[in-house]
Amino acid sequence: MARKISNRRRVIMTVIAWALAFVIFFPILWTIILSFKTEGNAIKAPWDVLTSAWTFDSYHVVQERSNYFRHFMNSVVISFGSTLLALVIAIPSAWAMAFVPGKRTKDVLMWMLSTKMMPAVGVLVPIYLMFRDWGLLDTRTGLVIVLCLMNLPIVIWMLFTYFKEIPKDILEAARMDGATLGGEILYVLTPMAVPGIASTLLLNVILAWNEAFWTLNLTAAKAAPLTAFIAAYSSPEGLFYAKLSAASTLAIAPILILGWFSQKQLVRGLTFGAVK
Amino acid sequence: MGQITLKGVRKAFGDVEVIPPLDLEINDGEFVVFVGPSGCGKSTLLRLIAGLEDVSGGEIEINGQPSAELPPAKRGLAMVFQSYALYPHMSVRKNIAFPLKMAKLDQAAAKEKVDNAARILNLTDYLDRRPGQLSGGQRQRVAIGRAIVREPAAFLFDEPLSNLDAALRVNMRLEISELHQKLKTTMVYVTHDQVEAMTMADKIVVLQAGRIEQVGSPLELYRTPRNKFVAGFIGSPKMNFIEGDEAAKYGADSIGIRPEHIEVSTTEGAWKGTVGVSEHLGSDTFLHVDTEYGLINVRGGGEIGLHSGDTVYLTPDLSQLHKFDAQGQAI
Amino acid sequence: MSTQASRSAARLMISPSVILLFLWMAVPLGMTIWFSFQRYNLLMPGQGGFVGWDNYYYFLTDPAFFTALINTLVLVGGVLLITVFGGILLALLLDQPIFGQGIVRVLVIAPFFVMPTVSALVWKNMLYNPVNGIFAYLAKAIGLQPYDFLAHAPMLSITIIVAWQWLPFATLILLTALQSLDSEQLEAAEMDGAGALSRFFYIMLPHLARAATVVILIQTIFLLSTFAEILVTTNGGPGNASTTLTYLVYVQSLLQFDVGGGAAGGVVAVILANIVAIFLMRMIGKNLEA
Repeated sequence: MARKISNRRRVIMTVIAWALAFVIFFPILWTIILSFKTEGNAIKAPWDVLTSAWTFDSYHVVQERSNYFRHFMNSVVISFGSTLLALVIAIPSAWAMAFVPGKRTKDVLMWMLSTKMMPAVGVLVPIYLMFRDWGLLDTRTGLVIVLCLMNLPIVIWMLFTYFKEIPKDILEAARMDGATLGGEILYVLTPMAVPGIASTLLLNVILAWNEAFWTLNLTAAKAAPLTAFIAAYSSPEGLFYAKLSAASTLAIAPILILGWFSQKQLVRGLTFGAVK
Repeated sequence: MGQITLKGVRKAFGDVEVIPPLDLEINDGEFVVFVGPSGCGKSTLLRLIAGLEDVSGGEIEINGQPSAELPPAKRGLAMVFQSYALYPHMSVRKNIAFPLKMAKLDQAAAKEKVDNAARILNLTDYLDRRPGQLSGGQRQRVAIGRAIVREPAAFLFDEPLSNLDAALRVNMRLEISELHQKLKTTMVYVTHDQVEAMTMADKIVVLQAGRIEQVGSPLELYRTPRNKFVAGFIGSPKMNFIEGDEAAKYGADSIGIRPEHIEVSTTEGAWKGTVGVSEHLGSDTFLHVDTEYGLINVRGGGEIGLHSGDTVYLTPDLSQLHKFDAQGQAI
Repeated sequence: MSTQASRSAARLMISPSVILLFLWMAVPLGMTIWFSFQRYNLLMPGQGGFVGWDNYYYFLTDPAFFTALINTLVLVGGVLLITVFGGILLALLLDQPIFGQGIVRVLVIAPFFVMPTVSALVWKNMLYNPVNGIFAYLAKAIGLQPYDFLAHAPMLSITIIVAWQWLPFATLILLTALQSLDSEQLEAAEMDGAGALSRFFYIMLPHLARAATVVILIQTIFLLSTFAEILVTTNGGPGNASTTLTYLVYVQSLLQFDVGGGAAGGVVAVILANIVAIFLMRMIGKNLEA
């Protein structure tokens, strides 16, 4: 039960925790601050930066010069597209493994996980060549396929752990009530698993949004999502601090917000249910 | 109509035979209870009838029609699960209407049936709530409602009361019995609680290790158990068993006598013993008496006034004495 | 425990994902292995042919491979060290009753959601930059010479960036594990006379061991493929001072167009990752039983 904690200790802990949190969050905070400064002010000494005038200029420039919105849409299409596709493939599989487990179900699950352990660089060359030959390089379709397959094991695993928590009785009741297999999944399982499916979606959108191996290696200008778009700032252009900051802020803001919502599921999803 | 016939039905999981070939006749309108200790195969048997498990052999006839190969929904049976298995994301109304929706019944007819079922089960005021907002007893009734609307050939109950507290269990027991009288539909009910079996059943099927030990009305099983297992399982408190020389006197390998068929005296009787624990329930007193034949439980009147340490003499009512041979079969 | 019908339906429903994942894994991996035994350079078409173990020989004896291997170990080891110890301390801190706990938590986990290219650029320009970076200003403020981190200590700098990204992950998992510790256990220990330190070492730490193992294994898998941070900050340099195995394979195959050599490197990377993966799979597999 709750016990009395001395206020002094609480205050000390609070100060330490806030100080550490500030240090950890600082790079993001500073990026956000710089994004609202002019280029000239952004490279001043830190205390001068803080006191200088605020402006939205950099945001306007980022959109006008680099067509930021297109890359943003690429990111949206690629991350949501790959995740939704993975969900469609994964839901029936997870249903089967959670509710009709066989002798080999466990092996299949472990094998699926093992595909995730393969370092991407091990298959970079063939994938690159295949994509070149099939005209999938620098296309959204290509990236949707790759990221879908890359995250499929995680999607199946997450769904599996969520489905396992749904009592089997309820699905059997639906079967007794005359539901077909499709009806069982559509009317009973899916609505009951909505929270689980939603967090699976969320986490995998985050993973896909931030994916920076395949997106960098398989895209050029056309289909480049934000990860690749931002990487272009590593060239000397990157010295435009305010614009870099504005582009960065725009790139991370949506996912930061989604991420904060999904903290709890994150642990479970990324540890494949090993830590809940 | 709800006639269910099992012919040589068996079930094996891999190499393990959980139900050896078994025959059983369930008549139309009968309330049949499968009872037995946990792991005796009673739930598996029910699931075989429901079609939630495949039989490994034999035939299940429902109203004379071979049904062992039919999917659950085609057998015309309804099931009430131990966990109620209500759909948490649907209102009570939608839960009850779900089987009708699956059967593609038109909305007006479905609504009438749901309202009717709700009236029978006193759920009318709760139709728009979610299962999570209901008490245990109400959830139980929703589960039954979902079964009723299908007008099934038979209801299957899988330990439906085991998640309720003791007082509610007694109430629901009564409600299910009343429902049976009202609907006159066949009911197959699985429980491990012999009190439920005794109070509700027209016919009890006692199972052990997948085998049927005895089939009969509650009183038949109580009066003439076919073997030691049934004798010990039916009746509360349990029958006392005595083996050895004392049993040999009656020409049996072991004898059994129910606690309520033993007379207690402080002065004279057949078996001498010392009262260990005495449990005073008000209406009855249960005495645990240490004798040279082992611990014997006796049921005495509420006013019996005996306490731990008292010396007592016990006399069995010989007309109620059960005799068993070395195999445990009744003689 | 189910019927024949549902079992065959189940098989049907698993097959799309099994087939897709099998193709995704087996086909490219098979091709990689095939290429690794071929002379195959995109700049020299027509000069193909089987070369046996040559690609492996050149890849493994290339001094860059040894550097890359060491760099990979430094990166993975360094990040693990920082994140696990830092994570335990942060988790213990966040588990304390503090004012504004929710906000602190949100701030601490934020870096995990920042895409690798952004965090690399932010650190490179806003923090490490010897002219305009915050660190340079801080150094000047206390009278030191600004230090060009990425030029003089590239591996350390990259390790810090990556550790910053993964610290929230470790913290979050360890915190979850810490909060799942039955408080009655701690109270029982307290009744038994265990002080705060003993409770930490005898109860909390063993409880965290499992979560820490999971953190180590999962991070290792991801860290072995660290790519964007290097590409954006140093391009593997100066020289190959910050080239890791992943980056080396990338350079060889996509920059030098030596498909055969890159494939051999890829196979080596797969083998190394699998050694880690085996341990991870055992852990998760055990958990599956429960």
